[in-house]
Amino acid sequence: MADPVVAIVGAGPAGLRAAQVLAEAGLRPLLVDEGHRAGGQIYRRPPPGAERPAADLYGFEAGRATALHDLADALAPRIDYRPGTIVWGLSGREPAGFDLDCLGPEGHDRIAADRLVLATGAMDRTLPFPGWTLPGVFTLGAAQIALKAQGMAIGRRVALVGAGPLLPLVAHQYAKAGAEVVAVLDVTPLKPKVMAAPRLAAMPATLAKGVWYTLRGALRGLPVRPGVRAVAVEGTMQVEALSFEDAGGRRHRIACDGVGASFGLRSEAQAADLAGCRFAFDPVTRQWQPERSAQGRASHPHVYLAGDGSGIGGADVAELQGERTALTLLADLGRPRDAAREARLDRLLARQARFRAALEAAYPYPHHIVESIADDEIVCRCEGITAGALRRAATERDASEMNRLKALTRAGMGRCQGRVCGHAAAEILAHHLRVPVETVGRLRGQAPIKPIPLREPA
Amino acid sequence: MEHLTVDVAIIGGGTAACAAAVALREAGLTVALLEKRLCGAGASGVNFGGVRQQGRDFAELPLSQRARVLWDGLNAKLGEDVGFEATGHIKLARSESDMAVLEAYARDAAGHGLDLQLLGPNALRAEMPWLGPAVVGASLSPTDGQANPRVVGPAFARLARRLGAEVREHAPVRHAIHDGSGFTVEAEGVTVKSRSLVNAAGAYGGAVAGWFGETAPVAPLSPNMVVTEPSGPLVTRSIGVVGGDVYVRQTRRGNVVLGGGRGTADIADGLARPVSAVSLGAMGKTLTLIPDLAHAQVIRSWSGLDGEMPDHIPVIGPSGTTPGLVHAFGFSGHGFQLGPAVGEILAELVTQGRSASPLQPFRIERFAAWRGPYRSEGEIEH
Repeated sequence: MADPVVAIVGAGPAGLRAAQVLAEAGLRPLLVDEGHRAGGQIYRRPPPGAERPAADLYGFEAGRATALHDLADALAPRIDYRPGTIVWGLSGREPAGFDLDCLGPEGHDRIAADRLVLATGAMDRTLPFPGWTLPGVFTLGAAQIALKAQGMAIGRRVALVGAGPLLPLVAHQYAKAGAEVVAVLDVTPLKPKVMAAPRLAAMPATLAKGVWYTLRGALRGLPVRPGVRAVAVEGTMQVEALSFEDAGGRRHRIACDGVGASFGLRSEAQAADLAGCRFAFDPVTRQWQPERSAQGRASHPHVYLAGDGSGIGGADVAELQGERTALTLLADLGRPRDAAREARLDRLLARQARFRAALEAAYPYPHHIVESIADDEIVCRCEGITAGALRRAATERDASEMNRLKALTRAGMGRCQGRVCGHAAAEILAHHLRVPVETVGRLRGQAPIKPIPLREPA
Repeated sequence: MEHLTVDVAIIGGGTAACAAAVALREAGLTVALLEKRLCGAGASGVNFGGVRQQGRDFAELPLSQRARVLWDGLNAKLGEDVGFEATGHIKLARSESDMAVLEAYARDAAGHGLDLQLLGPNALRAEMPWLGPAVVGASLSPTDGQANPRVVGPAFARLARRLGAEVREHAPVRHAIHDGSGFTVEAEGVTVKSRSLVNAAGAYGGAVAGWFGETAPVAPLSPNMVVTEPSGPLVTRSIGVVGGDVYVRQTRRGNVVLGGGRGTADIADGLARPVSAVSLGAMGKTLTLIPDLAHAQVIRSWSGLDGEMPDHIPVIGPSGTTPGLVHAFGFSGHGFQLGPAVGEILAELVTQGRSASPLQPFRIERFAAWRGPYRSEGEIEH
């Protein structure tokens, strides 16, 4: 029997390690990558000709980044690598497997695959606050991409605001790159971080260093403030300042011209949704994610999941899951197993999971913010839908579920398809109705996952 | 298990069903409506949004004309803006033989009281310079237009609630019987006893009819819809073509909605999905009609589940076997415009046993001896 076609979606740490394992086993996996060079977001590579030293770009993670980039280069001849290609649709095919609708440099292509490894990564979780739609406000992920891919900062005087372990990390990277970081404002209090510190410090991972450095004031000189409230970006045409209330209740105003904002990460799980995977609500991170077994299986028998796309774990976890998931897939194909390798990965992943639990405890998703979002604040920026419009739809038009809210208000109906506003809208709806957020459900994924031109590119 | 006793039970929560609930409450009857999922989320909510008399089977025209009058007052009746705009509906010819079809239809439609304007190539370019060279002529129905299908059904459902109807969502109906004196409808979580029963179950309408010994060959029909992100105003009319393989309109906000061909549906779980190859095909056909959309970005595609009859017109009327049972299903992809009128007609059938509109062509008995194909593969006319 011919080797099955395995398609891997995403060429970040998870997808690349999965490709490596499958290629080692003699398969020739298809690796579909939205990026133009393999590496994903955290190890994003500059375009050819704009390279800079890895130590400057990736800091603590330079070694891992280089290793992964070298792996991508070494794998290229042994896999079917499709850079610059988005998988915009996925459908089941008879009697089994999937058709992937791809749009790449050559135009539309429909690829048949027997099995899927979805390593689709994550993006920032946003929450609205006054001024968040002003030019000059970026997500932390975008701020990192600007730095890594383009060698640029998002402003001359940069303020960072939000929650999550990316906050101190990006502050550190920006400071190291020579940017003036004028404020690092964490809307969650210091207490959960202090409580979680011993568990975090037990894990000598890069992110732990970042957190630990924050806690110990190793970012000394950076104005890190936990427990801030009432954050607002000020400006008329663009960012001019950031104002906030500190934990002691005093108002502050800091002049700046760039703001990076993020409130944690969310899985990019639309492909899993279109592939028919079952989702489950994670009460810790308050998000719906495709179900994933410890070995990497999705609920669909021909779909495997790895990396942040099925639960936020960070780059190191993504690498381990990519490798583990590919081993599971090979075992399911009846290939010989390496029990020792599987056991080692399972041990490492279990340790990472304990660290992750501590990290989630240190950086809870600050959903409490939705209480303070004013009615005139824009939540869905694609469609210009305000928090008040969402609340009115809930009260006056019986919108008690996310897809109904979308139909009635247009929130989540624009070009991002709710990827940016979906979580915030769900929290606003649930808070307004006084129900647990899981009861309002989630926006269903719909093709195309990202916009595609009406006319095929020539 | 909850038990309700009402004058009228309604199976289905589409626009026609919810409009019937409204009309029945206005007539003073008690009503319980049972919807499998959410009201207006099925065929009523996922269609193109065409509010069109042009191109219909002449049997439907009296209903369509009655509905058209209602559309003018819908915002006021429902208490919200459902996005109705009389942009006109234009049906395009892409060949001389297409044009001959339009000419013949316009001539016959005039006899049914529908005035259409035939446009040759010059008049067409003068009025709509954005049409591509593939179009050779057209037929314009100036009084037709478009609306937002996602909000109409839910708005009727809320009005029904305000008027006192029991509207139960997430209440799929398992079975219904008539025991000689009245109906018992068993749904998830609730049992309804009623004197009359309205079957407005869409793709499942044939199954409901079957519980009462009636044959109605309904096949699932899933429109394949696509929408672009908003762009500047360009497409001034709601567009159809002879043959019905593509249809296009631009919303007030600027999104271009287009459809054509069919998606797929799983009748068991009721979930329908667009088919990407069909979406790409409709996108290509749209570009030949409107080349200026070349750079528009498609942001979403969807489908839904409607019921289709072999002769492409619905079943509307009293049951042939069971007194008190009334049917309205199988709208075959073009029920959206009819919905408000069908609601009134259903209420007339329940309260008076007859309707002011001619329903002879829609009677369920036409399928009593049906042995033909169950599924039609025809184009969906819009």
